Formats: sequence, structure tokens, C-alpha cells
Amino acid sequence: MRETLRLALVLTLIAAGAGLILAQVEKVTRAPIAEQRRLEMVRALQAVLPSFDNSPDAETRVLQVGTDKKGQPVERTFFLGRSQGKLSGIAFKVTAPDGYSGNIDIMVGIDPGEKLSGIEILSHAETPGLGAKIVEPDFKAQFKGRGLDNADWRVKKDGGDFDQITGATISPRAVVGAIRSGLEFYRQHRDEITGAKEAVQ
Amino acid sequence: MSLADNFIRGLWRENPVFKLLLGMCPTLAVTTSAENGIGMGLATTFVLVCSNITIALMRKLIPSGVRIPAFIVVIASFVTVVQLCMEAFVYDLYKALGIFIPLIVVNCLILGRAEAFASKNGVVSSIADGLGMGLGFTLGLFILGSVRELLGSGSLLGVSLFGSGYQPFLLMILPPGAFIALGLLLAGMNRFEQMRSRQ
Repeated sequence: MRETLRLALVLTLIAAGAGLILAQVEKVTRAPIAEQRRLEMVRALQAVLPSFDNSPDAETRVLQVGTDKKGQPVERTFFLGRSQGKLSGIAFKVTAPDGYSGNIDIMVGIDPGEKLSGIEILSHAETPGLGAKIVEPDFKAQFKGRGLDNADWRVKKDGGDFDQITGATISPRAVVGAIRSGLEFYRQHRDEITGAKEAVQ
Repeated sequence: MSLADNFIRGLWRENPVFKLLLGMCPTLAVTTSAENGIGMGLATTFVLVCSNITIALMRKLIPSGVRIPAFIVVIASFVTVVQLCMEAFVYDLYKALGIFIPLIVVNCLILGRAEAFASKNGVVSSIADGLGMGLGFTLGLFILGSVRELLGSGSLLGVSLFGSGYQPFLLMILPPGAFIALGLLLAGMNRFEQMRSRQ
């Protein structure tokens, strides 16, 4: 009995020591990590938005897009880019749940006329050499200037307008589908996102 | 056993990847390119050296009845420290290796060295052992990653070697390619050693 207590005590001490160290490290790294994540977000915004001179990551609208399996609300943040005070573009993140392996997070940028100004793949776990080619500039460039009204939002194999990747149809199909539903959501909620006064006809 | 011997042993004679076949989960999962292999190998080396030092220091304090959970707490803490520090200070490397870092916890190489070496030896020889084993692991991942990248994408360390006419052998960078490449490498090495010992 005494031996068991001793073992429990030693293990508790070791775990407590580890916990103490981890708490300290977490405290020191918290601010730099938050800053790194913000910088990454700003880089993505710069890549997808048309020119802007405000800080879109400070000017955001958060809307509920639906609920997840547990009934918790799922929110989407819209970033507004302005040039000389005028709305120049809107960026938002969409998630494609139907990639080949895991979710694909995409930052989508559109101009006030609902045409895409750029997309950026934020994170994915697609197969290297196949589906992972969705991050290549050739693939991303084909979305520029497209909108709900001037493109058929399917990959070519399914009869649409967007190039798939040789040997990998699933990943591009997921990306195209996610962007389309993002555009549709934006169209339905445009006034809430941009503020009704500024909505572009 | 001398320090140099402790160090060199891990590089070849007891190479973790090719001889001990330890840590197969990261070995097979990460080696889609030579660069990934090096990054994963170095991160593992760092954790291995740190955990070897800590466990060698604490070896008299840890009762043998709870040594395995104690080792795991130490290793998991170091992995978390590495992950937080990489995310805070070398973000690009973290982005490239991020999903693999938690895998270091389940790398039985680290627990294996804690149990087989660091818990029975002093700090200095444990550092030598950790460095040797870690670099041997890195070497193994680099070789496997190079073979797979060369065949599967026609490049090495991201530099295209065969020109655009090369049709990549995609299977090699998919999961089955990891098993096939490792199996063939092991077969080749065993053959080589057999021939050498016969002479």
C-alpha cells in the first residue's frame, strides 16, 4: 500500500512539473502565435482582394451560415476591403468538406460586382502530386473574373467550366463546389454584409 | 562503450529506420519528399536529445513501477514545447511540418531509447546516443524520402531533375509507395551486408 502511494505521488509530481513548464511555454508563445496567425490571414487577404488601403482584418462582419451536426451555429467572417473609403472587395473563408482527405479551407476574394478577384488555399491535406496541385497558380488563376452568372460552377468532367487536374477530379470538384456555395451565400446576404446603402446594383 | 561508439551506433549498425525498424508511423507517412524527411528527422532528433537528457537526469528518481508513464509525460511535454515554439518563431517550417509534429509523441524510437538507454546511462552518453539515433533516423528518412521523391515527382529537394518529359511514378508518393520503397531498400541493404560478410 505504501509503495503504491509512493508511485502515485512520484507520478503526480512529474505530471505537475510538466504541467507547470507547459503553462509557462504557452504563456510566452501565445502572443507570437496569435501574431503569426494574423499575419497569415493578412497575407491571404492581400492575395485575394483587389487593391485596398484599409485593414480588412479589422473591418469584418460575422454571419451565421448554418449549424453543424451538434446544432452549434457555424459562423463565417466577411472581410471588407476599401480603397479611399469605397468598398473595393469582400473576402471570406469557405470550407470544402468533401475533399479527398479532410477539409480544404479556401479564402475567396470578390469584387463588388460579385466576380472573383482571387482565391487562396489556406489548408488542405490532399495527395501530394495529385490533389495537392490545387495550390498551384495555374489552377487558382482560372477563377479570376468568374462569378455565378458567367460560369457553370462544375468541373469540366461534370460538364462545367473549370479545369480538373489530371488524375485528381475530387479535389477540384470540392473546391469549385465550396466556392459556388460561398458565392450563393454572399448573394443572399449581400446587404447585411456590405451595409445596404453601399450595395452595388 | 565509448562516447563515439554510442554516437556512431545509431547512424548505421543500429540505424532506427533500416535496422531497428522503429518509428515506422512517421517514417512511412512523412517521406513523400526528401525535404519533409529532413525536417521530421531533425524535429525528432531535438525531442530525442531533450528527452534523453531529462530521463538520464531523473533516472534515479523515477521508480521502475511507473517509469513508462513518466517517460511518456516527459516526451509528450517536449513535443508540445517544440510545437508551440515552432509555431511562434519559425512559422513557415511549422506550416510544412505542422501535422507531423504531434506524431513524434507516438514515435516508439523515443520511448525505446528512454527505456533501453537513457534510464540506465549518464547524461553525456545519453546525449551521444540521442544524437546518433536521431541523426540515423534523419538519414533513414532522407534516403527514403529521396527515393520516393525522385521516382514519384522526378525531383530532389524540390529541384526538378528529369525535365518535363518525365512521367512521374505517382504510386511512389502515395502510401503504398512508402511500403514498397522501404521494402526494396531493406532487401537491397540485407543483400549488401550478406555479400560483405561472405567475403
